[in-house]
Amino acid sequence: MNVMDWGPLWLTLQLAGVTVVVLLLVGTPLAWWLAFTGSRFRTLVEAVVALPLVLPPTVLGFYLLVALGPHGLIGGPWKNLTGSALSFTFTGLVIASTLYSLPFVVQPLHGAFEAVGKKPLEAAWSLGASRLDAFLTVASPMAVRGYLSAVVLGFAHTLGEFGVVLMVGGNIPGVTKVLSIAIYDHVEVLEYTQAHVLSAVLLLFSFLILAIVYTVNRRLPVHVS
Amino acid sequence: MSRLDARFHIDYPGFRFDVDCTVPLDGTVAVFGSSGSGKTTLLRCIAGLTRASSGVLRFDDTVWQDDARGIFLPVERRHVGFVFQEARLFPHLTVTQNLKYGMKRSHPSRRRIAFDHVADLLELEALFQRRVSHLSGGEQQRVAIGRALLTSPQLLLMDEPLASLDQQRKKEIVPFIQRLNRELSIPVLYVSHALHEILQLADHMVLLKEGRVAATGPIQDVFSRLDLPGLVESNVIGAILETRIAEHEPQFGLTRVEFLGRSLFLPQQALPPGAPLRVQVLSRDVSLVVGAPPATSSVLNVLEATVLEVSESPGDQYAVEVKLDVGCPLLAMITRKSFQQLGLRPGQKVHAHFKAVALT
Repeated sequence: MNVMDWGPLWLTLQLAGVTVVVLLLVGTPLAWWLAFTGSRFRTLVEAVVALPLVLPPTVLGFYLLVALGPHGLIGGPWKNLTGSALSFTFTGLVIASTLYSLPFVVQPLHGAFEAVGKKPLEAAWSLGASRLDAFLTVASPMAVRGYLSAVVLGFAHTLGEFGVVLMVGGNIPGVTKVLSIAIYDHVEVLEYTQAHVLSAVLLLFSFLILAIVYTVNRRLPVHVS
Repeated sequence: MSRLDARFHIDYPGFRFDVDCTVPLDGTVAVFGSSGSGKTTLLRCIAGLTRASSGVLRFDDTVWQDDARGIFLPVERRHVGFVFQEARLFPHLTVTQNLKYGMKRSHPSRRRIAFDHVADLLELEALFQRRVSHLSGGEQQRVAIGRALLTSPQLLLMDEPLASLDQQRKKEIVPFIQRLNRELSIPVLYVSHALHEILQLADHMVLLKEGRVAATGPIQDVFSRLDLPGLVESNVIGAILETRIAEHEPQFGLTRVEFLGRSLFLPQQALPPGAPLRVQVLSRDVSLVVGAPPATSSVLNVLEATVLEVSESPGDQYAVEVKLDVGCPLLAMITRKSFQQLGLRPGQKVHAHFKAVALT
């Protein structure tokens, strides 16, 4: 029996961590816009954000593979800029995961910002706070539960992805071989012990995160009514 | 004295908001009108929370909005305090942090209102340690007023701050608002559709009707105008008199107040001699006597008056409204029969007998 290879676990945590950071940076302004815009394109954007919820991961992965490849819409310019394409790279995986997990971050944030509403913001502005100041000191702390849900759901969803990664990233050890794919590999060659260990780790880890989050969430002082 | 020049135009579906007025910012200015007359819209336009599609707004010589020149100063740079109908306190902050939120953001050179003074004025000290969610409605509103005051605003805007409170809480808050003006000398623009609040608090008023300014001027003048039928249930307000407590006569249960050098009597008040007291006279409580007043009368309050104008009463075909000058305007509602018997005409000297009620 082979020695346990923990590389895929480490890579998976890295991917989920980086993806969550990117998602918060992209998702916050997007969710803010969705919560407060009067634009008639709002519902269209909402539908696009929700697409990964219903699309089979292989469909999303297929389009991303094409787009991120050396002649793709994104991969092409990227190759001219950096000399290499995005498909089968860690950066490519981050982009794919960001899109794949987008609704899991945007929807809780959107809901949280809507619950905060304009009223506390108007109060903050009238007290001399700039728009950014009011966002940071009033809207964000009031939306803290939304952020917590967004981080957890975004992280957990990225942790478990399989189809998209397989399409876009392939199976390169140390670069794109994440936990779910490693488990699949082990099963393919009948290495059930390794598959058991990795699966158990993922199961336990996921359970622990969720348990901690729900406990913290319950104790948070802010109750936005 | 500061001045506000405002001209706003907004087309809402089914409602046109078209306001043009100049308001002297001295004491408390009431924006009065029925629901849907555009009071809140006017206040929000002045604050910069709502942007009129076309508007000009000047505070003294500072332009806050001029759409022809593309000027629109955002609310956070107008240095106005805004007290909303709901307190809108920040639930994640303590009472003290709420109070200091705006103060910390005001430039030190602008701060002229001390934290302790406001805490004292609004009796906030007992609330400092409490959680915002555990305050009563009245307490929340007091914190909200304090929070706005601590930015040392050049103008305080209040949008029906008492509307969400019950009668008891209203009574608690009104004295605090009355003291704001006297002690801090910040002009207040006060929106309300409650007549009693306006009579207690306002010095000047802007009357709105269906999105337009129907009248503006000192409160005594606006309430005594005969050409504004329907303003307040056909002119029930006869006069609003600014008096001063002279002495108490506890053996009679009366308080003597001075008004323009003459004495008036009211049911006994709790205020000390020398304190200002606003007094209301209802137009139905005024009777008129032509010629010398009787040497003795059971009526305690008698003032010499000159008839200014006579008008039909819009609400009652058998009544006539008479506008008099007693040093300030006074409206009397008398029967048509009395009117004919007295033969009243403008310029005539009469005596007005009336009952006065303190506005507290």
